[in-house]
Amino acid sequence: MGLDIAFWALAVIMTAAALAVVLLPNIFRSALALVVCFLTVAGIFVTLSADFLAAVQVLIYVGAIAILIILSIMLTKEVQRGNLSNNLRLPVFIVCVLFLCITIFAMLNTSWPVSAEAPLETTTSTLANILFGEDGLFLLVEIGAMLLLATIIGAITIVRDK
Amino acid sequence: MSVGLEHYLILSAIIFSIGLYGSLSKRSAVVILMCIELMLNAANISLVAFSRFVTPVLLTGQVFSIFSILVAASEVTVGLAIIIAIYRHHETIDVSKINILKW
Repeated sequence: MGLDIAFWALAVIMTAAALAVVLLPNIFRSALALVVCFLTVAGIFVTLSADFLAAVQVLIYVGAIAILIILSIMLTKEVQRGNLSNNLRLPVFIVCVLFLCITIFAMLNTSWPVSAEAPLETTTSTLANILFGEDGLFLLVEIGAMLLLATIIGAITIVRDK
Repeated sequence: MSVGLEHYLILSAIIFSIGLYGSLSKRSAVVILMCIELMLNAANISLVAFSRFVTPVLLTGQVFSIFSILVAASEVTVGLAIIIAIYRHHETIDVSKINILKW
């Protein structure tokens, strides 16, 4: 019962924050609404009993990505112009509503193979076994590390003053 | 009615549609990146929901979600670097005015 209340509250806050990202006239405020949206996604992960992912979400999205976005808003002079839309707003709106209706229709008419098993209490050790254990995905972890290194070098190279 | 898999999937579809609307209809490149982050978060929600309700012990969806977060972090870093480089050259990040690749 508590999980239901938490889900509905988080869902309402998340939808409102996502709408605020798109609709608010000030870009800086919509970036702050994006932070709220990231935090509610972490709360949704907690209701799905994914504790490790909730911590990762707060660390990476709220701690790193949101700060990057706010910094780049400050470095460019976009705040003065406001959150402008292009002239395709109405067709895009119609396409998105159609997409939403089709997706919800497809989701409600599919019989998902829902399992009745209880979820794990703590997910961290199981995730560590999958990622680092025998027959695990350790190669993917290494590729991810290389991807992050390439990202750092690439970002520095792109923004460096000549 | 208790909250099930469909509720989480519909929530993720709503967030994805809002992100799609924003990324297709905004002029500022930073706002477009923010909306792409919204769409990636919606995908993460549905992955974790599948992991909770379909494979609650194997946690397959959560592993997918970890790699999706990793790729999202590197994507937004390079994207913002490109935006700042464009801003230095053109004094604007309005994507309807950045058309030097158009012929």
